[in-house]
Amino acid sequence: MKTNYLCRVEELKRLTDTIWLLELDASNIREDIKPGQFFHVKCGEGYLRRPFSVCDFKDGMLRIAFEEKGRGTKALARVKQGEYVDVLGPLGNGFDIGYDRICVVGGGIGVFPLLYLLNKSEGSRKDAVLGFLCKDKVVLENEFENSCDNLVIACDDGSYGVRGFVTTALEKHLEKHDFDIVYTCGPSIMMKKVYEICKKHNIPCQVSLEERMGCGIGACLVCVCEVKKENVLQNKRVCKDGPVMWANEVYYD
Amino acid sequence: MINVGGLELKNPVIAASGTFGFGREFSEYYDLGRLGGISVKGLTLEPRMGNKTPRICETPSGILNSVGLQNPGVHEFVRTEIPFLRQFDTKIIANIAGNSFSDYEQMAEILNDADVDAIELNVSCPNVKDGVVFGQDPQLLEKLTRSVKDRFEKPLFVKLTPNVTSIVDTAKAAEAGGADGVSLINTLLGMAIDIYRRRPVLANNTGGLSGPCVKPVAVRMVHEVYRNVNIPVIGMGGIETGEDAVEFIIAGASCVMVGTANFADPLACIKVIDGIEEYMEKMKIKDVRELVGSLEFN
Repeated sequence: MKTNYLCRVEELKRLTDTIWLLELDASNIREDIKPGQFFHVKCGEGYLRRPFSVCDFKDGMLRIAFEEKGRGTKALARVKQGEYVDVLGPLGNGFDIGYDRICVVGGGIGVFPLLYLLNKSEGSRKDAVLGFLCKDKVVLENEFENSCDNLVIACDDGSYGVRGFVTTALEKHLEKHDFDIVYTCGPSIMMKKVYEICKKHNIPCQVSLEERMGCGIGACLVCVCEVKKENVLQNKRVCKDGPVMWANEVYYD
Repeated sequence: MINVGGLELKNPVIAASGTFGFGREFSEYYDLGRLGGISVKGLTLEPRMGNKTPRICETPSGILNSVGLQNPGVHEFVRTEIPFLRQFDTKIIANIAGNSFSDYEQMAEILNDADVDAIELNVSCPNVKDGVVFGQDPQLLEKLTRSVKDRFEKPLFVKLTPNVTSIVDTAKAAEAGGADGVSLINTLLGMAIDIYRRRPVLANNTGGLSGPCVKPVAVRMVHEVYRNVNIPVIGMGGIETGEDAVEFIIAGASCVMVGTANFADPLACIKVIDGIEEYMEKMKIKDVRELVGSLEFN
């Protein structure tokens, strides 16, 4: 039977002015954690849990990154080393792995699940194209550098890496390199553009979606998104049927 | 065993409609046979896609939701969900919602031939057009209750909305129409505003408020209804613990439903069941029936 877990806070690191990396001792979690899956985390006195994708999981250490935004994440940004955090998971469907040549495309806080995806894609040729607003918002550059074969960083304002949107960087990257799959996570407008670029190049694309969630396990039907499968429009639950989905089903024509 | 309007329950805890799907997701966390019963996701005659997102918003000590009765329709429920639920030793309560007498009557007939243990008449969903009309008009409600009762042989419960001037009037109407019990409260109509966009947070503009924040309102209403009708009352509204449940039972509830708490903790129902038992042991009470309506006013 599935259950929730209490995990000890090992460290809470500040990555930027608003982004934090939480390291939890998750050696009590015996389940297999797939890249793209998430944990539903109790945050302070907030009534609902908050969903965070897995940034990394290795040797019993679970890493979750989050942006301090509302009441819940503000509370989570105040946890102290040695305290325990109540996590439910791993939940949802992760990325399909096992392709020969892969490229991950991330924007802002969307980059985090892609790090774990790269780390779990052993044997693949791995490229990463990551976009941030500006130099101050660039996160985990060393980790990504170590986890892939070829890293491109783009900043919208040109303050670091290549200048411009991540989608422009991706277009250029695809002119020179061929891939069997593209995985993307970031703002929905960015992911849609990534899908359109992949479509032009005939590369299958998986997206990791975000939606306000209730239960996180598929019961409350709060986090649905419309997808088109075999020409039929239907509601899929981001938490249970996703958060990873095939881009052509989400961004149907 | 406790008997609630002809429905035999192994314990007084039922999973509330709309918070538990058809039990599938929770069956990964515990044996559904531990529950007194399950009131399934609100069913309509035809499948419904529900409202646009966002469908949820957290509030102080609770949530606002506006799912809009997304469900696969009563036929699909009978075909695939009843066989699944029957694997577990628990009671199946079919929660049904309609826009017309005909909708409700057809569903009652379909379910009378299906393997469910009871119907919960949903005349109080605030998130669909016309959804609450039946629940706010005592005369209409009495007529609707009788019409469904005539078509369904097993216990019939009417779920009452708190969005009325007097919930006693609608409870009495349900009783007059032949209901075997009433369940209350459904969610309180509410709204939350994004002050930076000056728009409602929920796509549907308004939604139903639930969770611990509504509990005192629910306890008061359960007690008022208990004192004024002779049919059993099923209490709900913000129950998270055994103590919460006992509060409702003392107020007059024969059994309780656990709803929103399932969102925060998939094991919430089990914790409520265990908590009631702990209270009874501590207070040396042998039978939960001794507690029902045992409230004494100051």
